[in-house]
Formats: sequence, structure tokens, C-alpha cells
Amino acid sequence: MILHIALRELRSLFLSPLAWIILGIIQGIMAWKFLGFIDYFFEIQAELIKIKSAPGVTDLVVAPLFDFSKVLLLIICPLITMRLLSEEKQNGSLKLLLSSPVSMTEIVLGKYLGALFFFSIVILIIGIMPLSLLYSTNLDMGKFASGMLGQFLTIAAFTSLGLYMSSLSSQPANAAAGTFGLLIIFFIINIAGNATTEGNNFFNYISITYHSIQMLRGIVNTADIAYFILFSLGFILLSIRQLDSQRLQS
Amino acid sequence: MSALIQAHHLHKIYRDNHAVNDVSIELQQGEILGLLGPNGAGKSSCLQMLCGVLAPSEGEIIINGADLLDHPNQAKQSIGYLPDRPPLYPELTVDEYLNYAARLRRVKKSAIKKLREQAIQRCGLENYNKRLISNLSKGYQQRVGIAQAIIHQPEIIILDEPTVGLDPIQMVEIRKLILELGEQHGIILSTHILPEVQAVCNRVQMIHRGKSVFNKHMQELKQTDSATLRLQYATDLDAIKKLPGVDAVQQNTSHNYLISGSQLNASLADISRNCVENNWGLVELSPLENNLEQIFLNLISGEDKHNSEQAA
Repeated sequence: MILHIALRELRSLFLSPLAWIILGIIQGIMAWKFLGFIDYFFEIQAELIKIKSAPGVTDLVVAPLFDFSKVLLLIICPLITMRLLSEEKQNGSLKLLLSSPVSMTEIVLGKYLGALFFFSIVILIIGIMPLSLLYSTNLDMGKFASGMLGQFLTIAAFTSLGLYMSSLSSQPANAAAGTFGLLIIFFIINIAGNATTEGNNFFNYISITYHSIQMLRGIVNTADIAYFILFSLGFILLSIRQLDSQRLQS
Repeated sequence: MSALIQAHHLHKIYRDNHAVNDVSIELQQGEILGLLGPNGAGKSSCLQMLCGVLAPSEGEIIINGADLLDHPNQAKQSIGYLPDRPPLYPELTVDEYLNYAARLRRVKKSAIKKLREQAIQRCGLENYNKRLISNLSKGYQQRVGIAQAIIHQPEIIILDEPTVGLDPIQMVEIRKLILELGEQHGIILSTHILPEVQAVCNRVQMIHRGKSVFNKHMQELKQTDSATLRLQYATDLDAIKKLPGVDAVQQNTSHNYLISGSQLNASLADISRNCVENNWGLVELSPLENNLEQIFLNLISGEDKHNSEQAA
């Protein structure tokens, strides 16, 4: 049942031009950025040879590419997640789901997975680009894989937050604005962590950036994975609760 | 056989507004129940509670033997619901949408095609199944909404104002469809169009200010205690009063009388025979059916008057 809801969500996304526009724009921008990183690598290649155990292509092209793509994901995430529940509330189709023999958890998980499928496609097309380097050089596939995992966990967290925001409002625009604001806060909150020594750990701990940056360096830490899973699970549970309380209240 | 729906003492309270106050609804197999009431009376809230879209503040709902709160999935399986606005996805085609609706109701994959075609045919959507829902007119969107509610052949169909926004021909067609469906399913229909209730329903329940104020079978409603009598020749009032079954006579115009009596319904044949035998020149004898509109207005204005007296 979850899968049916998820696939319907994905199908509706691709029936609207929005998904295609987003995929096209992302691909264009990332290709440009990719070219830039490769150019830079060629420039400093001569210098690198002199250094002992210098950073390789993976560190100088793949990692910054993935790092940059997070900013793009942060911008497109609200655009996709804003419609998840808000739109259903707005045009009344949520009543079809609520009057069907489907539990609230199934509805919310279906919606979440639908959006996550779409974002998986986005990070795959970003990931395929650096793989083209395999023709001419060796990539550190371990670092690449951990980078991709980081991408996936990051977007899974973004989506859960967007879903929750969407469950709060029946206006997609409100949901988008809320998601955008909160995502940026979670993105930059570790700046405070870096600036002060007091409470440094706390701000770092709740920041998305702090947990995803390690994976770009090829370090897969259980604590980081746990952070992302807890983050996503937390907002999914909040969404279920929110829908349930709306059924009771209004 | 037990009732399809047994909802007892439903309450719904929105903050300080008691929208539904102690309403009980029952529905039997083969019954078409019309839920009447002015706008904002609490009809939609009642229907939404029966479908599980809203949780009641108080009360119990048993759908086809399953408690809606304890076994929601089992209970919802027997319900097809058309909300006041059809719950459509405009970007899908009619076929895709109906497939999805069937899937949500846990219809087996192998059975979907047949059921979909049946629903499409019943709702007269044969030539529209490949069209995008957003390109359909309002009337056809409404039909898709009904098709969605009947696709899994539920025992209970709940329609919230199904004929709003339809042209008169479509209205007649939808009413015909509802009558057809009523033969095999139990139907609850909410509306504020009174002739519609008279045309299709066999029981009427009226809701006003969140309370159930009237609940009668159509047959009971039709029983009358008054009739108009029109005669060619002027006749003495007392002579008319002596007719069998007549308790009171009132003269409307010179040859027009209003007769009434508690046993009038059974004596209509005797009255006409007497009129002919007395050579009064019987022109018309027609029983006055209880007018739903009159009952509706009386109940609502009576209630309002009562309330204002209480307030004073």
C-alpha cells in the first residue's frame, strides 16, 4: 500500500513539468561546476606532484562537487516537498486517502518515499557525472560510495523536514517557505559551533553540514548515520502525529 | 440482518462550536437515506465522521459489524465516499485515477480492470476514460468522483451533495444512477435540494444546528390527513361535513373546499362515490401530500423561534 501511494506521487511529479525542469537545471548547473573543478585540478596538478601523499581526483573533484550539490538540493527540496500533503489538503483529495482502508502511517510513509525516489534520481544523475572520469583515471571508489551515502542521507533528512512542514499547512507556499528557512538553519547552525568553544558540541551535533562533511572525506561514522536516521524518523513521526491531530480537531 | 451503519450519539466539537450534537444515524441494506439540512447544519461533519475522515468527539460508529475506531481498515473497506468536492488528481487520466482508487481500497490486482470498466460504464464515462481529469467538465468530474466511490463495490455509499453544479439532464441521470445503486447498496445522500430527496430517498433525516430534528420513512410522509375538493355546484358545508371520514371542512373559494380528517386517507373512495350520488358535480378530489418543503421550513423556523424564546 505504501508503495502504491509512493508510485502515484512519483508519477504525478513526472506528469508535471516541475520535475523535468528541476532535473534539467540541476544537470546543467552541476555539469558547469564539474567542469570548473576539473579545470582547477589541471591547474594545480603540477604542484600536486611535488607533494607527498597529495589529495587525489576524488578529493579535489568529487568531494567538492557533492558538497556544492547539497546547496542545490537545499533549494529544490522545498519545491518538491511543499506539495506532498498541502496540495492534497488544498484540493480535497486527502479525503480519498483518509476514507480508504489505509493507516495514517502508510499515507505519510508513501508520500515520503515518493519524494525520496525522486531525489534519489537527482543524486544519481549528479553521481554519474564524476564516474565518467573512470575512462581516464582512477577514482577512490570507497570515498565515492561514502560520498553518495552522505548525499542520500542528507536528502532523506531534508525530505522528512519538508514533509512535516507540508503537513502543517494547506498552502504549499507556506510549507515551502517554512522548509526553506528551517533547512538553512540546520545547514548553518554549526557556524556558531565553530565560533565559540562553549556549547560547541551541541551546535555541531544538530547541524546537517557537520554530519555530512565527514562522509565526503570517506569517513562513515555510526554516529552520523544515527543522526540522519533519527532526524528523518523524528520528522516522519511528527507528520503522522500532525495528521492524526488534524483528524481529531478540525 | 444487522444494520449497515449504526452510529449512536455522535458529537463533534470544534473549539467552542458544537457542530454535531447527539446525532444517531442508522442505515439498512437497500435503503437510500436522505440527510437534509440548511447550510452549516452539520451534515458534512456527520458524513465525514461516518467515513473516518473526521474523528468524532464522542459516540460510537459501527460499519457493517466493524467498529470504525477499533478496526478502521475493516470498516472503511465497506465504504465508498464522495466528499462535497470530488477528491480528484487533475494530472491523472480517468483510468489511472480509478486504478489508484481501487488499489487504495485493497482491490486485488486481477479484479481491478473488470471493476473499473463496470464503474466507468455505470457512471457513463465510456468515452472519457483516457482523458485527463483536469480537462473534464464539472459534471464529468463529479461522475468520476462517484465512480471512485463505487469502484470497490462497497456495501455503503456515502454521497455528499452529489448533484451540485450539474445541469438538469445530468442531475436526472445521477438520480437514476443513485436509484440503481440503491437496489444493492445502502446509500446516504446529503443535500439541500428537497425535490431530489423526494425523487430518490426512501427515508429522510433532517439535521438542524447539529441536532437530528426529524427522521421518517417516505411512506409515512406521504400519508395525508387533508384533501382539496372541487365541486361544480355550490353545496352546503354541513352536507360535506357528513361525508365519511371528514372531520372538518373549510371553504377556500366558492366551489373549492379543504376537507380534513384523521381517517381521510382510507375514505377517499367513499367520498367520491358520495359526491357523485348526491349529484354535486365532482370536479376534483386530490389528497394533499405532506410537503417536505413545508415540514422542513416549519421545523427550522420552529426551532429558531424556540431558541430565541429561550434566549429571551
